[in-house]
Amino acid sequence: MKRILLLITLLTLTAGSAFAAQDTINIGALFSVTGPPSFLGEPERNSANMVVDEINAKGGIKGKKLKLIVHDTQGDPTKAVQAANRLIKEDKVVAIIGPSTTGETMAVLPVAEKEGIPLISCAAGSKITDPVKKWVFKTAQNDGLAVGKIYEYLAKKKLTKVAILTVSDGFGSSGREQLKANAEKMGIQVVIDETYGPKDTDMTSQLTKIRGSQAQALICWGTNPGPAIIAKNVKQLGIKLPLFMSHGVSSKKFIELAGDAAEGIMLPSGKVIVSDVLPGSDKQKKSLLAFVKDYKKHFKAEGDHFGGHAWDAVMLLKGAIERGAVTPAAIRDQLEKTNHFAGIGGVFNFSAADHAGLSKDAFVLVEIKNRDWALVK
Amino acid sequence: MDIADQIAQYLVSGLSTGAIYALIGIGFAIIYNSTEIINFAQGELVMLGGMFTLFFLNSLQMPLPLAIFCAVASSTAVGVLFERLTIRPLKSPTPLALIIITIGGSILIRGLTMLIGGKDTHALPAFSGSEPIMIGTATILPQHLWIFALTALAIAANKIFFQYTITGKAMRACAVNRRAAGLVGIDVKRMVFFSFAISSSLGSLAGIIVAPLTMTSYDVGIMLGLKGFCAAIIGGLSGGLGTVLGGLILGVLESLGAGLISSGYKDAIAFIILLLILFIRPQGLFGKAQTERV
Repeated sequence: MKRILLLITLLTLTAGSAFAAQDTINIGALFSVTGPPSFLGEPERNSANMVVDEINAKGGIKGKKLKLIVHDTQGDPTKAVQAANRLIKEDKVVAIIGPSTTGETMAVLPVAEKEGIPLISCAAGSKITDPVKKWVFKTAQNDGLAVGKIYEYLAKKKLTKVAILTVSDGFGSSGREQLKANAEKMGIQVVIDETYGPKDTDMTSQLTKIRGSQAQALICWGTNPGPAIIAKNVKQLGIKLPLFMSHGVSSKKFIELAGDAAEGIMLPSGKVIVSDVLPGSDKQKKSLLAFVKDYKKHFKAEGDHFGGHAWDAVMLLKGAIERGAVTPAAIRDQLEKTNHFAGIGGVFNFSAADHAGLSKDAFVLVEIKNRDWALVK
Repeated sequence: MDIADQIAQYLVSGLSTGAIYALIGIGFAIIYNSTEIINFAQGELVMLGGMFTLFFLNSLQMPLPLAIFCAVASSTAVGVLFERLTIRPLKSPTPLALIIITIGGSILIRGLTMLIGGKDTHALPAFSGSEPIMIGTATILPQHLWIFALTALAIAANKIFFQYTITGKAMRACAVNRRAAGLVGIDVKRMVFFSFAISSSLGSLAGIIVAPLTMTSYDVGIMLGLKGFCAAIIGGLSGGLGTVLGGLILGVLESLGAGLISSGYKDAIAFIILLLILFIRPQGLFGKAQTERV
């Protein structure tokens, strides 16, 4: 008898939750809130929560509230896959936002493809959407776009010989591939190709080699703190070459770490950090200012690109659902039809052939002047 | 620029990194000599030095010299506390258990620092500016001079302590034979306590003087600790010149390897040296072959 009672209770409970699910739309999120990539995951989670709360406060989408279910992947692909399965099987999500890193995304990608759930990754690796996968989209700008922005400037200044110094992790090796792959068609020659470890504390050896070479410019690809050490080392060695960094360091933290050595460094960056000095004609300006203001209000910190990737992902989903999509398959179809959506990372135009959706206008080239960002014309 | 100039720069860079490895390595050696354990939490004390300085400097608005002093004192307190709470209470201190305890301790210290201080990387101001100084054709920063000077000073002070004071001599006696030292009336536990105090203060000092160059965060201790360990192994775990030379050799080889061969192999070079020494000359490059103690 007891057992039957228990069974009935369980049945009513599950039936109850299935019924409750009618007024809410469950959206899953995989962010590395802790672990090494927490500098990505934390602002991403904050931003996603912030924008979901805002949508719900305004009455949700077509009367339905959004429910964001966040799992922490700790930067670990195995954990990301487990969490993705839980989101799909237990939480019955209609779409998944994240993961934060390229490695995790590549691991989760087959799950989304197999289960038929749209995945909007917040990672930058171009292999995520190249070749195009049916269920997978992404919001972070491709590394190749950032490389193009630097090479465009170099070509304009007639600097053709570059030295590259990249970090030996996923971000750095992806940048290194793009730097080498795009060089030739822009008429640029990579004369020195050096790497450094993510935990290295002194790069003067590599830089000494570069100092003694033919290079006319130095491009460094990494995330903090490596590039800040490199900036200091460059100053120590008295290297006068123009120094370029990647979009991996486009936050105030880099200027703080590198101090005076940051002056004059140029880097391609998403538009968040320069949102206030963008010309009024810029299509993204409205979204950018709203995001920066909201983030500051909620978290007492500067909003950055990484948070922006999650903001874009939620807003893209919102757009798809507003256009009438309910099921995962319909959401996927609507996502693919997204056109002229001016988000934080850039203006998105998805199509059947392009699930990354951004052009090189997503980046601007900025220079560090007086410990602040200035647009390079 | 010709190859000779490049090599000069590699040497200068290598020596300054090596000086830090030496300072950390000596911390390993001192504890090993009085307890026969490798304290894998040594790297975390290096990290604590930098993080404490940052805390005293930014949160309590202390001037730099005072902040450094307080940071060394606090890190030493942590090191001593660590010994009191984990090493001393052990009933049957087998070397394996002790080593595992120090590894556990290092994870704990790292985790707590992350929870309290956050995951960000921080920069510490250089002690006296950051205008490069020319030495021949090579350049170094004023901070490198601080590193050389403070390392030399710390090592000299150590030498004097171990050679000329009663406590220092007692600690050396423990190193030679703990049991005999105990029998002639030396308080061995007290000497172990001292060894932790000295090595924590050396470690934290190392962490503080490199922080302006290398930045600091909760996880810098792992790599610096391992490199210090390498230095100590090359030097045969001697508390003196052997480890200093070990650190300098390691630093220079790393720098030359990164410059002349490939930067990808920089860390590999350190660990290949470590393995070779352990296989071929476990007593260290400069040590005499040891006879088994009976």
